[in-house]
Amino acid sequence: MTRGPKQLAAFEAADGYQSVKAIARGLSPADVMQLVKDSGLKGRGGAAFPTGLKWSFVPQGENSPAQKYFVANADEMEPGTFKDRLLMEGDPHLLIEGMIIGSFAIQASKAYIFLRGEYKVSERALKKAISEAYTKGYLGKNILGSGFDLDIIVHTSAGRYICGEETALLNALEGKRANPRAKPPFPQVSGLWGKPTIVNNVETICNLPGILTYGVDWYRGLTKGNDHGTKLYGVSGKVKTPGCWELPLGTPIRELLEDYAGGMRDGLQLKAFLPGGGSTDFMLPEHLDLPLDYDEIAKVGSRLATGTMIILDNETCPVGMIGNLMKFFAHESCGFCTPCRDGLPWVDGIFNEFENGRGNEKDLQILHEHVEYLGPGRTFCALAPGATAPLGSGLKHFADDFQQHIKDKRCPYRH
Amino acid sequence: MAKIVVDGVEFEVNPDNNLLQECLSQGLDLPYFCWHPCMGSVGACRQCAVKQYKDADDKVGMLVMSCMTPAADGSIISIEDEQAKDMRERVIESLMISHPHDCPVCEEGGECHLQDMTLMSGHNYRRYDKKKVTHRNQYLGPFINHEMNRCITCYRCVRFYGDYAGGTDLAAQASHHHTYFGRHEDGVLESEFSGNLVEVCPTGVFTDQAFSQHYSRKWDLQTAPSVCTGCSVGCNTIPGERYRQLRRITNRYNSDINGYFICDRGRFGYDYVNSDARLTEPSQQFDAEVVPIAEQELQSVLEEFHSGEGGTIGIGSPRASNESNFALRCLVGDENFYSGLSDRSQEATQLVLKLARDKVFHSPSVREIEKADAVVILGEDVTNVAPRIALALRQSVRNKAKELAAGCHIPQWQDAAVRELAQHDRSPLAILSSYATRLDDVASDCVVDVPAALVDTGFAIAASLSDLSGAPATTEHNAVAERIAAQLSAAKRPLIIAGTTAGQTGLIKAAANIARALSARSEAAIDLCLLVPEVNTLGVSMLANNDNKLSEALSKLASGAARRAIVLENDLYRRADSETVTAALSGLEKLLVIDQLPTATTSQADIVLPSTAFSEHEATYVNYEGRGQLSFQVHRNHNRALPAWRWLNDSEPGDVEAMINRCAEEAQGFDKLDDLLPDIKQFVAGMKVPRQSHRYSGRTAMRSQVNVHEPKQPVDSQSVMSFSMEGIPSASNATVLGSVWAPGWNSNQAISKFQNEINGELKQGHTGSLLIERTESVSSFYTPEAAAQESAKGVLQVAPAYQIFGSDELSARSHAIQQRMTDAYVGISPEDADSLGLKQGDSVSLDGNGTLATLCIRSRIRTGTAAVYCGDNQINPHSLGATLTLSKSETISDDRGISGLIVSDLYEEGY
Amino acid sequence: MSNADVIASSETLARKLSADEIAEIEHEMTLYPDKQAVGLEALKIVQKHQGWVSDESLLAIARYLDIPVADLEGVATFFNLIYRQPVGKNVMLFCDSVSCWIMGCEGIKDDIKNKLAIDYGQTSEDGEFTLIPVPCLGDCDRAPVMMVGEELHRNLTPEKIDEIIQEVRNKK
Ligand SMILES: Cc1cc2nc3c(=O)[nH]c(=O)nc-3n(C[C@H](O)[C@H](O)[C@H](O)COP(=O)(O)O)c2cc1C
Ligand code: SF4
Ligand code: FES
Repeated sequence: MTRGPKQLAAFEAADGYQSVKAIARGLSPADVMQLVKDSGLKGRGGAAFPTGLKWSFVPQGENSPAQKYFVANADEMEPGTFKDRLLMEGDPHLLIEGMIIGSFAIQASKAYIFLRGEYKVSERALKKAISEAYTKGYLGKNILGSGFDLDIIVHTSAGRYICGEETALLNALEGKRANPRAKPPFPQVSGLWGKPTIVNNVETICNLPGILTYGVDWYRGLTKGNDHGTKLYGVSGKVKTPGCWELPLGTPIRELLEDYAGGMRDGLQLKAFLPGGGSTDFMLPEHLDLPLDYDEIAKVGSRLATGTMIILDNETCPVGMIGNLMKFFAHESCGFCTPCRDGLPWVDGIFNEFENGRGNEKDLQILHEHVEYLGPGRTFCALAPGATAPLGSGLKHFADDFQQHIKDKRCPYRH
Repeated sequence: MAKIVVDGVEFEVNPDNNLLQECLSQGLDLPYFCWHPCMGSVGACRQCAVKQYKDADDKVGMLVMSCMTPAADGSIISIEDEQAKDMRERVIESLMISHPHDCPVCEEGGECHLQDMTLMSGHNYRRYDKKKVTHRNQYLGPFINHEMNRCITCYRCVRFYGDYAGGTDLAAQASHHHTYFGRHEDGVLESEFSGNLVEVCPTGVFTDQAFSQHYSRKWDLQTAPSVCTGCSVGCNTIPGERYRQLRRITNRYNSDINGYFICDRGRFGYDYVNSDARLTEPSQQFDAEVVPIAEQELQSVLEEFHSGEGGTIGIGSPRASNESNFALRCLVGDENFYSGLSDRSQEATQLVLKLARDKVFHSPSVREIEKADAVVILGEDVTNVAPRIALALRQSVRNKAKELAAGCHIPQWQDAAVRELAQHDRSPLAILSSYATRLDDVASDCVVDVPAALVDTGFAIAASLSDLSGAPATTEHNAVAERIAAQLSAAKRPLIIAGTTAGQTGLIKAAANIARALSARSEAAIDLCLLVPEVNTLGVSMLANNDNKLSEALSKLASGAARRAIVLENDLYRRADSETVTAALSGLEKLLVIDQLPTATTSQADIVLPSTAFSEHEATYVNYEGRGQLSFQVHRNHNRALPAWRWLNDSEPGDVEAMINRCAEEAQGFDKLDDLLPDIKQFVAGMKVPRQSHRYSGRTAMRSQVNVHEPKQPVDSQSVMSFSMEGIPSASNATVLGSVWAPGWNSNQAISKFQNEINGELKQGHTGSLLIERTESVSSFYTPEAAAQESAKGVLQVAPAYQIFGSDELSARSHAIQQRMTDAYVGISPEDADSLGLKQGDSVSLDGNGTLATLCIRSRIRTGTAAVYCGDNQINPHSLGATLTLSKSETISDDRGISGLIVSDLYEEGY
Repeated sequence: MSNADVIASSETLARKLSADEIAEIEHEMTLYPDKQAVGLEALKIVQKHQGWVSDESLLAIARYLDIPVADLEGVATFFNLIYRQPVGKNVMLFCDSVSCWIMGCEGIKDDIKNKLAIDYGQTSEDGEFTLIPVPCLGDCDRAPVMMVGEELHRNLTPEKIDEIIQEVRNKK
């Protein structure tokens, strides 16, 4: 990112804050919620849950708690994921406008941006933009005369991947150890400080201004596939021009990889790729013609998730790559539930053995068992199941590589 | 009720509970760690996985954590499912990865939930061959050992210590597989409930340090069901003996009283039983000479006391059993029997007893106290006087959270979710006290003032509830009083707590007025909990004649109007001022004192008879509610001590059951006492219940230095229990449950096998008999008394202060407790300290009379108050008036310091 | 160790918070409805001023906010960006996650290790640098990446490492 953040004037000139004006003109919270439901927007944080539906679980009316909270999940820490940072550094007002829309829809008078501590540039950009928004009356008391009040506070995190999990995030915001919370109750009912709370990903929120300003039809028209709108797609690894692009949902993988990322570096071949960050299953070259769409990717057993692709080439050791991910997950476990806390370090330890030429069949068997043992429903939250995605698919696709390590008693990719 | 199907069998269950709890209630074996019957579920350990099916057609099913899944009607689950079993085996395998496998040297070994669950889950082959994670252990004080390497990260310790018991100095540290449970640095665990960690921890991280000093395996201990004699709550315990030493005390579940937890006084205060100072044989004292009385001479020496001729004064004791007090009364006659309480305590206790017969009130059990949704405490420092009740009050304030959760359809057992929802919202708990207390952190209002002002405030609360209760002097706390009154009248189950230890009968009367006013509004009996300090304060008071005051007995003795006295397990220097006692004891002709340990009183006796300690005899006591309870003999006394009643019984030695029956027949108010006695005919084939487990080892070896032949086991002709392994142990019948064990369940968590349902009553067990009947309306509104007055400058109004570690006479003579005791102290405000020119820790003289104490500046005490520590014999509170003056003394009072005080407001310069 | 000794030792430990630290903590009080949340903020504030969170600072915060020090320590030791040990003036947050790994971060790490004679968790002899691994810094398209202080450095090469070290040393 070389260019600076979009300035308020430029943002306004490009129809910025139009949605806030529409709210001031009388759009109701129910209207906003309906528009978002109709847009078909799904959460961009990884789980792809319909945003409008999520909002509708927030209790409203007389008997609901007066205080509600809206939280932007800007903790971006999924390995290989680099999209929210670009939005915040490049267009901070877009996030703020989106947060006003979301907060208004659920009638939250206080909103927090839970920002990764390392994102110093984002922090500066957001703080400046927020203070400009206050000056212009987009934030604070009685926004543009709408009768709606909203304060946005930037909270910088003290680290750890688990804080991205929405309930762990709430604990972290409350200054507690960031262990996830049991669901149910969902944050929509009992969230931050026990009050109804919505947590949305930065990218999800950045979709909102467009939906309100240009309408549902426009938004639904952007796609090339079954899901609506656009998505930020990233590519990292040994391609010619790694980067991040906003493209219609449903863009074919090949187009992203070859047209945008410039294809593999000379002399290298694509061996496999993780389609949406470190918690997704490996996909193979044979999948290149699939569209980047939630359902289509799910059909082949992986997840679009964050949409940021990690490329594995034929000269990088897949066992080493998975081992790197396992070390990450083992270290980032919060330590609350047994399978994740004690299972992942064992997995990590086994990868170390493979790395050092001491891999054996017995350990390989234990890896296979852990794919099931750490899977969904068995752990308290989705961190460990996330780890099983590359682990399980990797064990399947790269069985030969594992065997080679055992046979050679060393990593065959090391020269 | 709901129906669920577990592995094809249908069960009727309570849908408000979770599947794990209901499966255990049905007697099924399902392993777990993080769930605790009274702390609910958090879903951390994942040990309780079962398979759940959507409907009868679903053959695939889904793994769920049974503790996190409601026992909803129609649920179909399988414990035996292969996938579920595999999951549970994997979990145990993970938990054992870094475990040191040091069972042979671990104090938990043989009663370890982790061992039990490992076996139950079928993990018996170790595959992990990588490096283990290791931790550094901490010094946690004299009660608890720390061995973090055994930790399985179930989070139970911090959930009990912090969430349940309100302790603040133990927390989870670090993360992932380095998660650590400890203090922020080495140091004494502050909570007075820390000992429960030993039982809450499912493995050997937190173990009983006093027990480690003379360790034995659980199965090698000789045990019996007992009652704690530390205070008037009467928690149920299981003491264990080996090699003629009492070695430890653990909790014995009683659904009405202590449930799963006891306090540290109760757990660690037993060691005086083993003390070298114990009185071992009958003796006569001539001036400085102590001469043992031979067995054959006893009769003649005691004859004059046994002759029953008039003129012997009998002074009973609140720490002696009903039987002993009753035997003394029989011996000396009603008119000569005294309770042994100080005059002031006696007056207050008689008031308590009177109110205990009034049907507009109800004495709540500990379990019922937990249900209160608005509480006011008048003057009592509950934590230091009746600790287990303080723990119950901490649960009562959570009723608000439970109510909020119900409103959001969050089940009560979802522990973390309920706490998260409620945040700091609590049911009201108002505390009127002369100084800050340990419960202030959960209190909605704290009125800290001189004792008389508290009385005024108490009456003001009553006045705002009813005109009839009379207008009090207006106090500066009127607004608070009105708020408290409003909270109480809005509550579904209000609770009023007062008692005799604050030294103000006015507070008890005010409490009665409040409860009476509430009762008139709701037309229901109101929970009025009146605390007394000692294990049998109520029992002895029920036996004694109201009009017999200790001061009169003492003056009769001093004047020669009475020439002989028998003092039963009582140190009179703790009951009246020293000069009066000395005058009485030197005035009389012959003094017979029966006790377990030497005291200032025994040293003045002509004849001293040794009595057995609580674990050496079977006895009954009456707790604060009026609940009679039976405590069994655990082990024999190997010296010449006898139960005190045996020394006093003029008729044939008789057995204890006969004595209890006689007391039930003859003593007014004790007619239900014999209900407590188990009927041996109930047991299998009329066999006795063994005090030793079927694995008890070393019966021959333990006496080998004397004789290699195994001796005949001693016969207990007195009780339904035997002193050996012979007999039939309680299998599911918990009538005489002396050790908690069930096949596959070696830890204390086997208790679920003896409960009707989880958290329910013990099967065929006895929770005690309420002796006092409420038939009458014996009292009416009391007229307000004691308007607070300003005292002169430099003169401080005395408020008695207590310490859980030290104020109880016997436990204070235990080694572990002594390590937590402090100096006798006088607590005053920073302003008073300033004007008197005194500093924290100064040695001060009381009333300039040479009684020394350490000065303790407390930040939340009303200026003009002196909180005077009672207990530990250093200060005789009866020698003080209602006010006192302080002056600095150069002599050092003691060397224990005051930093270990169980108070929340120790003053620090600069903060 | 006796009871009294232990309590006395912690009493002498707490340091006084500076006026700046207090002012910033007070500001955070206005942003959060509960002081436990401010506890974590206070740790960050103190670290900003002191470089790390010492035992003395930990106690000072706990006292100032009247929150249990054990809880605060539980929080301080949970999060990886709170340093409970002294660090060098420039903390190198070195990304060792998957994209950087693919792009050869291990070689770069070895390079740093050789040049500064430090491994993960260690501080260079001159007290300038501490090397700490950090999960994915969200700059995967320009891997390998590392943050030094507040500055992000991308597409790391041994030459760039020289420049970074030189720049810091030149400032001295
Ligand atoms: C271990 C873990 C880490 C996560 N990290 C992030 C993250 O960094 N950013 C994010 O937006 N969502 C993250 N999520 C997903 C969130 O829990 C949550 O689903 C998301 O913020 C909801 O936003 P959305 O509905 O807008 O997608 C994470 C989930 C898990 C289980
Ligand atoms: S899976 Fe369990 S231990 Fe892992 S991060 Fe989630 S709650 Fe924590
Ligand atoms: S007992 Fe169910 S998860 Fe621990």
